[in-house]
Amino acid sequence: MARKAKRNVAIVATGQTDHRSKRPDVNIVEMINEAVRRCMDDANMTLEEIDGIVIGNMEHFEGVFSPEMWTVDGAGSILKHGMKITTGGTSGTTLALAGYYHVASGLFDTVMTIGWEKQSEGETTAGLIFQADPLWERATMSGAIGSFAASATAYMHKYGINEEQAAKVAVKNRKNAFNNPHAHLKMELTVEQVLNSKMLAYPIKMLDMCPTSDGACAMIFASEEKAKKNYQNPAWVIAGVTRHDQPFGSDLEMLVNLRTLRSATEEAYKIAGIKDPLKDLDVAELYEPCTFAELSWYEAAGFCGPGEGGKLIDSGATYMDGELPVNPSGGVLSTNCIGATAMIRVAEAAIQVMGKGGKRQVPKVNRAMATGFGGSWWSDVLILSKTP
Amino acid sequence: MADRVGIVGVYQTKYEPRKIFDSYPELVFEVSSKILEETGLSIADMDQMITNSQDSWDGRTISNRTVSEACGSVLRSEAKVAMDGSYAVFYAALRILSGCFDSCLLVSHCKMSEGVPSLIHNTVFDPLFQRLLGFDELSACALQAKRYLYKYGITEEQCAQVAVKNLKNGQRNPYAHRAMDVTVSQVMSSRMLANPIKELDAYPITDGACAMILAAEDKAKKWTPNPVWITGMASRMDSFYLGDRDLAEVASLTLAVQKAYSMAGITNPRKEIDLVELSDYYSYQELLWLEGMGFCQRGEGGKMIDQGITAMGGELPVNPSGGILSGNPITVAGAVRVAEAALQLMGKAKERQVEGAKRALAQGHSGPCGQGQCVVILERGA
Repeated sequence: MARKAKRNVAIVATGQTDHRSKRPDVNIVEMINEAVRRCMDDANMTLEEIDGIVIGNMEHFEGVFSPEMWTVDGAGSILKHGMKITTGGTSGTTLALAGYYHVASGLFDTVMTIGWEKQSEGETTAGLIFQADPLWERATMSGAIGSFAASATAYMHKYGINEEQAAKVAVKNRKNAFNNPHAHLKMELTVEQVLNSKMLAYPIKMLDMCPTSDGACAMIFASEEKAKKNYQNPAWVIAGVTRHDQPFGSDLEMLVNLRTLRSATEEAYKIAGIKDPLKDLDVAELYEPCTFAELSWYEAAGFCGPGEGGKLIDSGATYMDGELPVNPSGGVLSTNCIGATAMIRVAEAAIQVMGKGGKRQVPKVNRAMATGFGGSWWSDVLILSKTP
Repeated sequence: MADRVGIVGVYQTKYEPRKIFDSYPELVFEVSSKILEETGLSIADMDQMITNSQDSWDGRTISNRTVSEACGSVLRSEAKVAMDGSYAVFYAALRILSGCFDSCLLVSHCKMSEGVPSLIHNTVFDPLFQRLLGFDELSACALQAKRYLYKYGITEEQCAQVAVKNLKNGQRNPYAHRAMDVTVSQVMSSRMLANPIKELDAYPITDGACAMILAAEDKAKKWTPNPVWITGMASRMDSFYLGDRDLAEVASLTLAVQKAYSMAGITNPRKEIDLVELSDYYSYQELLWLEGMGFCQRGEGGKMIDQGITAMGGELPVNPSGGILSGNPITVAGAVRVAEAALQLMGKAKERQVEGAKRALAQGHSGPCGQGQCVVILERGA
């Protein structure tokens, strides 16, 4: 249903704030500007060279309607093409894909995408509950934790996945976060500590769940001509796929089988010529909102068979020194500024392809995958490569 | 533009002040199913969906989540443009130009009757400096109207004439809900909302939805004998703080049209464009935007209406549909401008048809006082 674009598009730069639970030192506009300036520095570019800016967040989390208007001073979109595109948790990948489509259309040479959220200025769970249908679902909606708890139970029951295997994801990702200067939570944990952390809703415990963060991420997408002229090692976007699903959560299999990610990765692999993702990909940044989700996403993305997510983490394949390191950045379990979260996956995948990962760099990365998760169990997939 | 994107079909609900029997998904389902029926296409022909709605108006976080079944985006690619509908058309066309997709079903919806406009629009303003002043879109636009009238000598009567013209045009549009015969003095004596904007100078509260099918050139030609081509499109953003702009000036609109005209090879818009569908949330805006789009010199917007240039049968009919003053919901309004311009170029505008129309301009804006401006140039298929 989707094809490779007519024109080659590369990611040439990224910029992130140092994500925290609260950033009282900056307002929303200033926080966005911090990521934008870091991105411009990374690109060694001035604002004049940017043709357009695409921005997004979840407006109910901060209570600002059409925030793309107020934030123009921080984003740098004054007298430029500027627009807002949002899709919930997938906003960051939706925006990255928008950057890709903008440049691929031939109408833009250089586009900056910005995802941000300042959760400390709002009440995320209240905002999240507003996504549920006011008649049928809202009265029983308990934010993110409740639906993960219910479907994680079903996932454990169906496949024999256990809480220890899920806990390993928290240990792995928060340890990886030590290598990422931008990560919010950096923790040296044991499986026992995760298992003994406060129960939120069975089987989800405090350390199984992502944090709420303040932060922003910016990226620059450029045409082939610009990318080749000015950058030695850009990350080329070789596939981008989106899959959305039905509005009612109860119609979906959720963690038991994330069919949007299965369908999106199958198509993306076809476009990118990937046959065995575990071997053909060198690194993956998955949007794992809780520990159980990362195991389930391994299955949906075809890293292993259905129900084998627990075995895959047991085998060590997704650790930093494994066959396919997953979330060297520390993942969503370490940083979650919602409108930016999915974009950070793409930015971190690009950093790996560009070889700019510093302590979190995976050796010899030719191809990287980033995924976004959000909305009503929706998925986005981008595959990046060293060559167009 | 090297490649062309075609508009294959459009479909609108009737716009009404309060559609109490239809939820958002029902409105979207109505326009999605009817447009496929009218064009003889199936949902399988659609590579992707672009939805257009705003969380704050829907009272729903992730407002596009509500309409996925209604527009057929289940297990397909969809993205939501959370701005005026003109931007949604821009983005849908751009995704087709990328070569990743051949077609797009675009749906735009809003039920203004379920929200409180002044409260929603108050939260556009930044929480630190402007929000506590009690600004909303109406009071901000009243400042803009005052400044424009003062700087260029435009009169309130000239603005009222715009309302008279558009509400009259609306009588020929079966989708409009505030079509009426009024006189300038009736507009002038209607209830004052925020000086100088009076009730009949301002858009009414409206519910409704609009759908559009866009396709790459080959598909568009195959699917319809009379596609309408997008030959130019551009958007620009202005400063946010009202005090950072001279509100009588329209830098973002001027830059956007310059880009769109050059893409479409237009050098004299007044001669080369046959009709305009622009976003007249308030009557003064029609005059200000016409100046910004180069249809007359600065300060001559009043003459455009005085001399009957923009009337039906005039040299450059503006808003044959009756415009937003005749009733289109916020957000949807910009998509309707493109849809109405497309209907004109397809020759399907019935009683409101501008005879022989070959090229049209559609304009939408987002944010306080037209901060973000988006224009689309459309041409009749050969």
